[in-house]
Amino acid sequence: MAEKRTTTPSAHRDNAREDALADAVGEQRAKHDVTTPALGVVGMLRWAWTQLTSMRTALMLLLLLAVAAVPGSIWPQRVQDSFAVQTWIEENPTVGPILDFFQMFDVYSSVWFSAIYLLLFISLIGCIIPRARKHYQQMTSPPPRTPRRLERLPEYGALELADDGPSLDQALDDAAAVLKKRRYRVEKRETSVGAEKGYLKEVGNILFHVSLVGVLIFIAFGSMFSYRGQKVLMEDEGFVNALVAYDNFYPGTWFSEDQLEPFSIRLNEFERVFDRQVDENFEPLDGFGQPLEFTAHVTVQDGHDAEPEDTTLRVNHPLTLGGAQLYLVGNGYAPVVTVRDGEGEVAFSGPVVTRPDDPVYTSMMVIKVPDAQPEQLGFVGLFLPTAYDDGTGMAISTDPDLHEPELHLNSYYGDLGLDDGVPQNVYVLDTDNLEVLNSRESDEGGIVLAPGETHELPDGLGTLEFEEINDYIAIDIHYNPGEAGVLVFALLASAGLIATLFLRRRRAWVTVEQTPAGRTLVRYGLLSRGEDFSLRDETIALRTQLEKIWPVRPPEETEPSGVVSGEGPNTTRGI
Amino acid sequence: MILAIDGTELQPINVELAEYSELFMLISAFIYTLAFILFTVDTARSSATIRRVEAELAQEQEAERIAVTAGAAEATASAQADGAAKTAQASTAETSQPDTSTAETSSDGAGPGEAEVNAELVDDDMAYARPKRPLANVAVAITAVAAAAHIFAVVARGLAAGRWPLGNMFEFLTAAALVVTVVYLLALIRRDLRFLGVFVLGLVVTMMVAATIGFPTPVGHVQPALQSPWIVIHVSLAVLAMALFTLTFAMNILQLVQSRRERQVTSGAEGALARSSFMRLVPSALSLENWSYRINAVGFVFWTVGPMITGAIWARESWGRYWGWDPKEIWTFVIWVVYACYLHARATRGWTGNRAAWLSIIGFICIIINYAVVNVFFPGLHSYAGLPE
Ligand code: HEM
Repeated sequence: MAEKRTTTPSAHRDNAREDALADAVGEQRAKHDVTTPALGVVGMLRWAWTQLTSMRTALMLLLLLAVAAVPGSIWPQRVQDSFAVQTWIEENPTVGPILDFFQMFDVYSSVWFSAIYLLLFISLIGCIIPRARKHYQQMTSPPPRTPRRLERLPEYGALELADDGPSLDQALDDAAAVLKKRRYRVEKRETSVGAEKGYLKEVGNILFHVSLVGVLIFIAFGSMFSYRGQKVLMEDEGFVNALVAYDNFYPGTWFSEDQLEPFSIRLNEFERVFDRQVDENFEPLDGFGQPLEFTAHVTVQDGHDAEPEDTTLRVNHPLTLGGAQLYLVGNGYAPVVTVRDGEGEVAFSGPVVTRPDDPVYTSMMVIKVPDAQPEQLGFVGLFLPTAYDDGTGMAISTDPDLHEPELHLNSYYGDLGLDDGVPQNVYVLDTDNLEVLNSRESDEGGIVLAPGETHELPDGLGTLEFEEINDYIAIDIHYNPGEAGVLVFALLASAGLIATLFLRRRRAWVTVEQTPAGRTLVRYGLLSRGEDFSLRDETIALRTQLEKIWPVRPPEETEPSGVVSGEGPNTTRGI
Repeated sequence: MILAIDGTELQPINVELAEYSELFMLISAFIYTLAFILFTVDTARSSATIRRVEAELAQEQEAERIAVTAGAAEATASAQADGAAKTAQASTAETSQPDTSTAETSSDGAGPGEAEVNAELVDDDMAYARPKRPLANVAVAITAVAAAAHIFAVVARGLAAGRWPLGNMFEFLTAAALVVTVVYLLALIRRDLRFLGVFVLGLVVTMMVAATIGFPTPVGHVQPALQSPWIVIHVSLAVLAMALFTLTFAMNILQLVQSRRERQVTSGAEGALARSSFMRLVPSALSLENWSYRINAVGFVFWTVGPMITGAIWARESWGRYWGWDPKEIWTFVIWVVYACYLHARATRGWTGNRAAWLSIIGFICIIINYAVVNVFFPGLHSYAGLPE
């Protein structure tokens, strides 16, 4: 369709329709230019405020927000993984610090990201308050006054009633009744009826935007009073919710220690289920050996006075204790070992957390024995649940379950560097200042142990005994009092969104007049605010209902009483 | 023959059904390709379609003239009324100044006028207009057959694994292709979207090929984190939203082309576009914009409720925080904001038309990034792509 337009067509009908209404009422079009700043501080401020709360600014800020969020997916973020950030900066010593200066590793708490969303929300509030006030006025006042020229409205039509038709006043009453039945709010005037419906559309819009503010407030509230911590729990070990018991703890800004409810949890048993499906020839199917279920059997006590209770903790099934949630986030094997030193004393005994590195639980293991005499001892190596020597002399694990558990370790002696009080990563043994005792390269060879076996260290420096295998789980504990509020406002926002997008705000007017021939001429016009693609359907429905209650003269007999040039009064335009 | 997995309630994989599923997935991809080819041929033959309509119109007018000379005045009146109604329908509400004049002048003999032919070719409410397009119709029918095979493949996959079949990239992509097709077919019942056929089928074939070649994944169980009822609503809504955004993407691209053509036509320039017969079978830019707005609005609601809200709920269940700026979450947010921009643009003076179309296109590009780039290259909690290690 070649339509002759000089400007880009405005598909958003709000502007066009407001203009149409103004046109029909006979008003000047509203001026949309922003007035140039008046002199003086107040004038400047007012001008700045108008600019900030304009739709165009909102659009720009939203675009900016989208762009500003992207860097967070390009570089590692401290909220996600502060270790990855540290590594990244170390690997890129020139760019790293520059990016860090611009807060590229803390995008979502950065000054610039915060500035954008705070401006956006100020703009939103400044935009929504006047809109809400205006809408309240509209809801509590009668429908807008009847335009003088109904035929200028996007939907217009007229009906000439037959000679035996109702009187003017009766016709108005009838029209009002029909509109009311179509759920319009109706006001009868001298020679016309004004009607409007769909106020909920705007209510939805306001609800949506206000709810966004609500979401933001509760996010902020939640992060201030929240806490988050991690704990590795061995089989038969318990945890009581107190600051000292955590392995890692991240408090919110306004966290205070008495927020920690004294609940406790104890791991009784841990169960892993792996995919064991084979085909008819007993060949493993795809996915063989992949984890299917992790179940931690635990005993919990929600506060000092509560009864202990047996339950399970599983992935996707957090426990709620003392208002906090406990999640199963990790698990692994903890071989129980005993180290005797050169003097025959037990220098270490207990389960050691190993870190699974792949789907078959090839696990990194580090044992530090600073109490050993005469030399401190250190062990580093692997725990393999199902060890298999593929002929190269290097054992690998072939299955995550405990079919052939083995320890493969190197041992060292010397100063472990633990005495000078510098905190160390327990999962890393720094061997730079240590002497090798056992290793695959050394004459002594590496240590290979099955459960129940003991290895003698060279030079009479001690023994390492592999007793049995325990399980451990890693739990995350989260407390966030803002979550419920965020959820409620997010759902309210959705409801508002659906209302604003799919409800239609419509205005309708019906006028009556006497034709020169003494008959009743009814005209009607409809107008929509916002997007409305079915205003014509509404018009047709309205017309059909009107035609049903009145005797309408067929179009041919109607004299063209000069209603619209070129169109008979009985045509609804556009049908 | 199938061994039970001890200690779990998970149902064992039904190997036979899984094989059928894979077979039907391939079959449907082949039929889609066929439909795509037919749609392409139909597009290439647009000028023939137009010529046929012109010929038909000329014939009718000839018959009309004879009737007029025979003095059957009523016939003219009704034919004119009919013509006027059609033209009026074709223009949108606010621009409806039906140029009945062309209808009248052209009935004087010279043959159908350009505007009149155009009015017969497409309808801006996307109702079925006059041109018969047998090739396109066959393509639509074939697409329906392919969709049936595709539905079987997806359902069989779900049954074989005993779970909702949206657990990895392969399943996500093939399901999205299916939803695109089904939404397109459903829309075709009421609306003439045949002009979109090449684009929709092109995208569907691309998705199927990408799934099969890029992310082949055998039927299997999913890891514990994905065994949640939330996957049903969260991922399904995401797929639905993506399918809708895919449709609007195609429409918005066409809108940009069409609006260029409209400018060429009005300025009288003899560009290649102005003469493109395919674009004459495509509704006006304004109509494309309005329809993609309607679809985008639905897509935005799905995106809000699906990836955003249920995603947050599930993340809280599974990982202990409702939002953690994981790369996938970042892009979900970016996409949401871009489409919010789009909705805002439509209410801002000077930002409708092509600019709004661009925003919608950018939104779709973000979806592609979220899907293809983030899943494959950025590590994160969402790395469930089912890619080989
Ligand atoms: C937090 C950022 C914001 C988001 C996510 C957002 C989102 C939305 C969405 C999705 C709509 C579509 C509803 C519709 O078309 O009826 C909308 C409409 C609207 N928004 Fe926002 N908005 C935001 C901020 C703002 C701001 C700052 C303003 C004011 C300057 C504003 C003013 C409006 C108006 C007036 C509409 C109605 C448009 C219409 O009549 O169609 N919004 N907003």
